[in-house]
Amino acid sequence: MEIINFLNLVFLAPFVEMVSYPIFFSEVIISGLLTGVMYSLVALGFVLIFKASGVFNFAQGAMVLFAALTLVGLMEHGFPIWAALISTIIVLIVLAFVVERFMLRYLINQEDIILFMATIGLTFLIQGFGETIWGSNVKPLDLGIPSESFELGGLLLNEFDLFAAGSGAVLVAVLAIFFHYTRIGRALRAVADDHQAAMAVGIPLKNIWIIVWSVAGFVGLVAGIMWGAKSGVQFSLSLIALKALPVLILGGFTSVPGAIVGGLIIGVGEKIAEIYWGPLVGGAIENWFAYVLALAFLLFRPQGLFGERIIERV
Amino acid sequence: MLRNILLALVGAVVAMTGISSTTIQVAADEQFIPMLVYRTGPYAPSGIPVANGFRDYYTMINNRDGGINGVKVTFEECETEYNTKLGVECYEKLKNKGSTGASLVNPFSTGITYQLIPKASVDEVPILSMGYGRTAAADGRVFKWVFNFPTTYWSQASAFIRYVAQQEGGESKLKGKKIAHVYHNSAYGKEANPTLKALANKYGYELILLAVDHPGQEQKATWLQIRRAKPDWVFMSGWGVMNQVAVKEAASIKYPMDHFVGNWWSGSDADVVPAAAGAKGYKSATFHSPRSDYPVHKDIIKHVYGGDQAKAKSNSFGEVLYNRAVVNAMFAVEAIRTAQGKFGKRALKGSEVRWGLENLNLTEARLKEIGMEGFTKPVKVSCSDHETMGPIIIQQWDGNKWNIVSDWISPIREVVRPMVEKAASAYAAENKITPRSC
Repeated sequence: MEIINFLNLVFLAPFVEMVSYPIFFSEVIISGLLTGVMYSLVALGFVLIFKASGVFNFAQGAMVLFAALTLVGLMEHGFPIWAALISTIIVLIVLAFVVERFMLRYLINQEDIILFMATIGLTFLIQGFGETIWGSNVKPLDLGIPSESFELGGLLLNEFDLFAAGSGAVLVAVLAIFFHYTRIGRALRAVADDHQAAMAVGIPLKNIWIIVWSVAGFVGLVAGIMWGAKSGVQFSLSLIALKALPVLILGGFTSVPGAIVGGLIIGVGEKIAEIYWGPLVGGAIENWFAYVLALAFLLFRPQGLFGERIIERV
Repeated sequence: MLRNILLALVGAVVAMTGISSTTIQVAADEQFIPMLVYRTGPYAPSGIPVANGFRDYYTMINNRDGGINGVKVTFEECETEYNTKLGVECYEKLKNKGSTGASLVNPFSTGITYQLIPKASVDEVPILSMGYGRTAAADGRVFKWVFNFPTTYWSQASAFIRYVAQQEGGESKLKGKKIAHVYHNSAYGKEANPTLKALANKYGYELILLAVDHPGQEQKATWLQIRRAKPDWVFMSGWGVMNQVAVKEAASIKYPMDHFVGNWWSGSDADVVPAAAGAKGYKSATFHSPRSDYPVHKDIIKHVYGGDQAKAKSNSFGEVLYNRAVVNAMFAVEAIRTAQGKFGKRALKGSEVRWGLENLNLTEARLKEIGMEGFTKPVKVSCSDHETMGPIIIQQWDGNKWNIVSDWISPIREVVRPMVEKAASAYAAENKITPRSC
């Protein structure tokens, strides 16, 4: 009897509930999609750098924090929003230059794991540097983006979430075009395939790295603004990177569309799991469920949903 | 700005090399108190005002009174990042410092407290986990070295239910009500659950438990469940970013904020900042006033900051968590003073301070003498009761500041104390401890 009850709770009751309350189920889906876009924003930064240099940039979360801290810090010092945004972008370009000049330049053609370890060190440096300059207090970030909630056909929607989703969609479209149709984009892809071969055909590797780290910094700034507006700008923004990992595993480390589709699948998947199956095990399953979902995908597509299939002759 | 950048570079190098605590020379006639702090990491916004509150109160005692009956208080900070492993390392590093070793330790983390409890009796360093840590430690017969006065998570949860009953028009009105507990998915966050369950059985309300994983940056699923269940009241045991996001999400789903009550770790100034106007009406429990115009505050401004209010404000002066640390530091100082009454006016060992903690009798008159009349309630600790089951009050955010909106509410002792004794008894059996006779 207990087994039947258990099977019912796991395999039947959640689906009955979804069908019985379609409006609530729709809210869960929409909420998951909107959250997924936010995850994608973070994942994009990883994808850009991995795509252009083969480096898994562990410091991307710290860059999100640093970008948002700089923006809000400048605003607190009396900068108008537009000036703070421009100044922050300049600071991020300087950061990209410094990273290339003092870190990456010395690691060309080193093992991937060495580059990865270097970015772990960079994480602590950026976090410590950012917090020392701007402090550790929670800083409110108000860029005037509307954040009222409203009902539409029984569904509760929030203006800010919709704005964030729209921004994410525009950013992804621009990046996809940039990578596929511009000269720099093609150069970026060439560098990703082979550092030495790219240099041999005259692609300036150092400039490419500065460009890609700058763009990743800008993407980090957008992610920092969206997440920072929800929770305030504070250290925990750097932990957002953990939310991007299952997205990357699922979407592939080299695909911009993969980051967005992966984000949406993870966002929706974890919300459905938490709400319909979470109560069976005491809740709080969405963090680890995202990894389960991503790893399940790996069983069928080891390169991720949109990742490049690697075939090596032995 | 250039100075800040240079400082940042030096700070980053220092952080990278692991030099993360300030070292203070301790003379023989000085009372050493270790300070486990978290000024960095995801919980730094809560940790900084706490650390500053401790530091300022001890400094004020030294500058105003020349120490505790002439014995100067010395302290050393060690950075834990609110990380249990680092917290234990800090404790080990500091426990033997000073002429008499650590007087007592305030872990300021439930996770760290759990790890230090078995060490306390071996090292003879009493733990003062003020309003956090292991609730069962309230039974002093089993937990000789641990103190959690003035009140605990279980007492707080019961007082919250009593507050809800008051608001609803009596205990009988609780039947059929829905109360949700949104909690940090950790030892700390789960502490209130047994009490809320026991009281649900007693009063007939429906309890909805919703866990939020660390750090709590994403809570949409939790608040969708709140929206679906439509609980009459929401109680929250959160910490750090979890609080800020929860308040924002509650406002976003248009949950009535005056029915959303945080515990005393979910009601700081930082918690209501991101939601701005949306947080208006949000409530939280506390066991001290949120105001900063008591004589003790004036003394801190005068003796620590030389009258410079702006400088004090920049050091979190008067914030909720700063005030809480002032209360905590005051308990430590008064316990040492009590112990000096028995052992003499000199630097005391941990075992002697433990006696002071156990015999602390902080009356209304004494609170007035030390400039805290009305700031918090009297406390009388005993051998068997290390908690004292003190009352709580409810504060509410009006958009600019916290205001007290209730009378003092006593916990439901007849429910909580038997639970404490049962849990302590189970701990004693598990750890082969023979309870003391009190």
